Amino acid sequence: MTSGTLSPGRARITARTLRTDKYWISPLLTVIGITAWITYATVRVFQQNYYWAAQGGDEAIRYLTPFYSPCISNGCIEGAAEWGTFLPDLWFIPYAALTLPFLFLFRFTCYYYRKAYYRSFWQSPTACAVNEPHKKYSGESRFPLLGQNSHRYFFYIAALISIINTIDAFHSFQSEDGSWGVGVGSIVLTANVILLWAYTASCHSCRHIMGGRLTNFSKHPLRYKGWTFVSKLNGKHQELAWTTLASLVVADFYVMAVAAGWITDFNTF
Amino acid sequence: MTQIERHSFDVVVMGAGGAGLRAAIEARMMGKSVAIVTKSLLGKAHTVMAEGGAAAAMGNVNSKDNWQVHFVDTMRGGKFLNNYRMAELHAKESPDRVWELETYGALFDRTKDGKISQRNFGGHEYPRLAHVGDRTGLELIRTMQQKIISLQQDDEREFGDGEKFIKVFAECSVQEIFTKDGAVTGCMGYFRETGDFIAFDTAAIVLATGGIGKAYRVTSNSWEYTGDGHALAMRAGGSLVNMEFLQFHPTGMVWPPSVKGILVTESVRGDGGVLKNSEGKRFMFDYVPDVFRKQYAETEEEADRWYTDADNNRRPPELLPRDEVARAINSEVKAGRGTPNGGVYLDIASRLPAEQILKRLPSMYHQFKELADVDITKEAMEVGPTCHYVMGGVETIPDTCASPYVKGLFAAGEVGGGMHGSNRLGGNSLSDLLVFGRRAGLGAAEYLDSRGGAAVAIDEADLQAAVDAALAPLNATDGENPYTIHHDLQTVMGDLVGIIRNADEVKDAIVKLDALKARAKNVSVAGDRVFNPGWHLALDLTNLLLISESVAKAALIREESRGGHTRDDFPTMDPKWRQVNLICKSDGTAVEVTQQPVPTIPTELLSLFDRAELKKYMTEEELTALPEEKN
Amino acid sequence: MGYKAKFRVYRGDGEQGGLENYEVDVNEGEVVLDIIHRLQATQTPDLAVRWNCKAGKCGSCSAEVNGKPRLLCMTRMSTFDENETITVTPMRAFPVIRDLVTNVSFNYTKARQIPAFAPPTDIKAGDYRMQQIDVERSQEFRKCIECFLCQDTCHVVRDHEENKESFAGPRFFIRAAELDMHPLDARTDRKSFAKAEQGLGMCNITKCCTDVCPEHIKITDNAIIPMKERVVDTKYDPVVFIGKILRRKPRETGKI
Repeated sequence: MTSGTLSPGRARITARTLRTDKYWISPLLTVIGITAWITYATVRVFQQNYYWAAQGGDEAIRYLTPFYSPCISNGCIEGAAEWGTFLPDLWFIPYAALTLPFLFLFRFTCYYYRKAYYRSFWQSPTACAVNEPHKKYSGESRFPLLGQNSHRYFFYIAALISIINTIDAFHSFQSEDGSWGVGVGSIVLTANVILLWAYTASCHSCRHIMGGRLTNFSKHPLRYKGWTFVSKLNGKHQELAWTTLASLVVADFYVMAVAAGWITDFNTF
Repeated sequence: MTQIERHSFDVVVMGAGGAGLRAAIEARMMGKSVAIVTKSLLGKAHTVMAEGGAAAAMGNVNSKDNWQVHFVDTMRGGKFLNNYRMAELHAKESPDRVWELETYGALFDRTKDGKISQRNFGGHEYPRLAHVGDRTGLELIRTMQQKIISLQQDDEREFGDGEKFIKVFAECSVQEIFTKDGAVTGCMGYFRETGDFIAFDTAAIVLATGGIGKAYRVTSNSWEYTGDGHALAMRAGGSLVNMEFLQFHPTGMVWPPSVKGILVTESVRGDGGVLKNSEGKRFMFDYVPDVFRKQYAETEEEADRWYTDADNNRRPPELLPRDEVARAINSEVKAGRGTPNGGVYLDIASRLPAEQILKRLPSMYHQFKELADVDITKEAMEVGPTCHYVMGGVETIPDTCASPYVKGLFAAGEVGGGMHGSNRLGGNSLSDLLVFGRRAGLGAAEYLDSRGGAAVAIDEADLQAAVDAALAPLNATDGENPYTIHHDLQTVMGDLVGIIRNADEVKDAIVKLDALKARAKNVSVAGDRVFNPGWHLALDLTNLLLISESVAKAALIREESRGGHTRDDFPTMDPKWRQVNLICKSDGTAVEVTQQPVPTIPTELLSLFDRAELKKYMTEEELTALPEEKN
Repeated sequence: MGYKAKFRVYRGDGEQGGLENYEVDVNEGEVVLDIIHRLQATQTPDLAVRWNCKAGKCGSCSAEVNGKPRLLCMTRMSTFDENETITVTPMRAFPVIRDLVTNVSFNYTKARQIPAFAPPTDIKAGDYRMQQIDVERSQEFRKCIECFLCQDTCHVVRDHEENKESFAGPRFFIRAAELDMHPLDARTDRKSFAKAEQGLGMCNITKCCTDVCPEHIKITDNAIIPMKERVVDTKYDPVVFIGKILRRKPRETGKI
């Protein structure tokens, strides 16, 4: 090998790395975590069942899992389809097919997830100061990775979708007949929505749009405040990225468990 | 014959700290070609260690400030031994030099109305130090480094060669300056990386090599501070002034050994830190000199009240001037009441809650945490005096920074002498290097214009002799290890010509230095010329020895205590000695010290002081010669 | 207190060399640089190491300790086990001159390529007015001590020598960001320069630069990503692009 760390003139050390710590644990955990999550999500999205938990004599609780929101397939249960239905009910079209691709792309182009999967799945690099296995490297300067620059559009769309999730959470406090109450499910869905907002707002593109693009903060005091707030959240972007993966699964699993009748929702309705 | 890389430049600047870079910028702007020769990589010079700020009477925080007040503060700090003209130029020009940096891209901390913020510092009457957090030196050096790049980019555009007018020779040590008929003809040195020799034919050399701290074991200075410029100037026929004055900072770290000497900022004491000896006694109360008795608290209770109510209480004695505190610590340690590592305790942990310490002294917290693994919110620090700055340096003509003895030789920054008198105020060194860095560059350019374009060339025999001398340690076998000699030199200087001096010890030191000089001639080094630190040290030793001899000899002659020179046997300031500058000259082997009158301060500058204050410094004769008290 | 530590130190240059074993005394409170100096003073007087301030302020003693890019003066011996062998090598992204000293001229070359600060033509020296909140972002980047550890760890050049031509590296992305965010810099082409000349797009934000920075500058979050977003503003944002065509404004946005 005559490239990389063995390029002419560099120290004659052949080891791929001299690190003595367990640098491979972090990428390994990333691969396990993301693979597990995608497997779960895929199964659930194509299951087309147990996404709408309506319980009680007069359908007192109304929980819709975020994986099926908004439910716009002709196959959707009536109560779940709040925004109308127009997609054909086919096995390979998820019931929330309008929004899921954008949520996926929002996270796929997210600056944190990029770091996570480049380091783990793509091994570029495996860890800091560990030689990567690729011969050529052009980063994000060419197609298709040039597309990562579209992150901010997916952010806009994700923010809109978060509004829909918020409405779902709001509905979880209200029964069909309009009376108010609270159940474990409404708390789970609300917590999930709060975390989703935090993740979405902590996005690097959001930080830029909020004020990062300005040169003179002093001329835009309100945007500076906004930028300062988003910057604080942004410091937790990685944690929020993982927490929301977990909260999505928890929320979805809870709705599924109630919908399937495995458990009974505790509530005040 | 050994291969020598040969260059020709209008000006060669030795040193790439603040003064060197500022001189190079000025010389280039005057149309001269400049070589910057630096022992380290560009941007690593000791200027980066300066934390406090650059003193300049801009009046941004207190509009009462002006150059006159700055001048008065500087003279008072230097105990009236300063070269008045330098202090005057410095006070007048600092604001412009700081503002100029903003046009190079510097970003100082700001006031509410968007001007450069200024902070208070010991000895300055008004908030005066332009700063960037606690990394002002780094900002200065990076700014000027980037200005140099900017000039190089202009040259690239205009001439297609960015290095046509400014070229940096990094990791290159100058070994010898050559002269002919009392005028500079060039210099030679070697690249530290390769050991290859290099020579410059040049008519003007600006020395900006910094200080001499490496003559002492406990110092805040880096390895580069071996007094190269001081020694080269003397060997070329120039002179040094005020070499007996060294500033010891009272609080340097003494533990762990790896960071011995690194500064602990004065703010620790300003924010409530107290000094204690090994018996747990807050000892500074025993060391308040009579002249300060009225301004300083006599009981711990009163001192402690000062931190919250400074108007109605007297200051704690921990806040006495640097030299007083350094001497007090020195005495405690000598009396056997020091810490196991030879310092005293500086305790802030028991004085302030942890979160307050973190808020007020974040960089000190990190310095101790990361370098020493000491948590200053829980434990006391161990501190002791550390050699910090040499007030003495190359004697120059204030307006041009030119040596009065060697044509074409200039000096600026710490290597220059006279500006700070017997003691430097904090913040005055960064402004010093800006003001006199520029003046040295200007002076060199004007000198070149005045002498016309006649070519200069180094005498080949001189050059060969210098190369042979440089190679001697490598060619010698079974000689002494340079590390051992350096170690012994530091011991002599630290023990015998340290903070407190007396005639017997200094005489002893002079004898011992002579012996070391003889041993240094027999030094030998293993290995070859490629990045060989042993060889580098062997070559630096020559300079260190010559400088140490200057300090010791001057210290023996000055029979008084003033600023950075304290004599046990002559403990007070003597107005007669204020009229005398000690001048060191050398033929390259030994140092001669002569006495020379201090330049007379003009009446209009003297009138800035009260007669009562002048009485402290001047003789009866001088006072009677003064015009009547101003009103 | 003291003990004998096992060290493996790179000896040699870029042609030939390898790791050599040493046993050396270690005292309490020391850092790796102290041990290297002790080796110099007692066993191998010609061991080459670059250093200056010894207090983490000048960024000279950059090297790799147990494979990780670090400042030798800021790596305390107490962070290692007493029976652990400590490996010290030069930075592996740059040519080695000898032993632990590398040729870092790559960085000085890149530094010279970035257009310098352009002072505003209509403001005199002394009349600059800037608010603290407007200079703070750039000030963070000016904390850089140029140790070049970020450049060393960056896989774009560490693992691909051929990219050195077109990639400036993290240290100079923060310089680009510093100037672009400077309230009074008169140039408006910083973004396109970062994209076209510095190779900003080659960075895949894997954050190793941020991890190694001894000054704790948030290189990726505060400089590289904001610069990428600023490039998106000018290059890839169709909304902005169409808006500009309609308003016939130059492609680069000025200072806002």
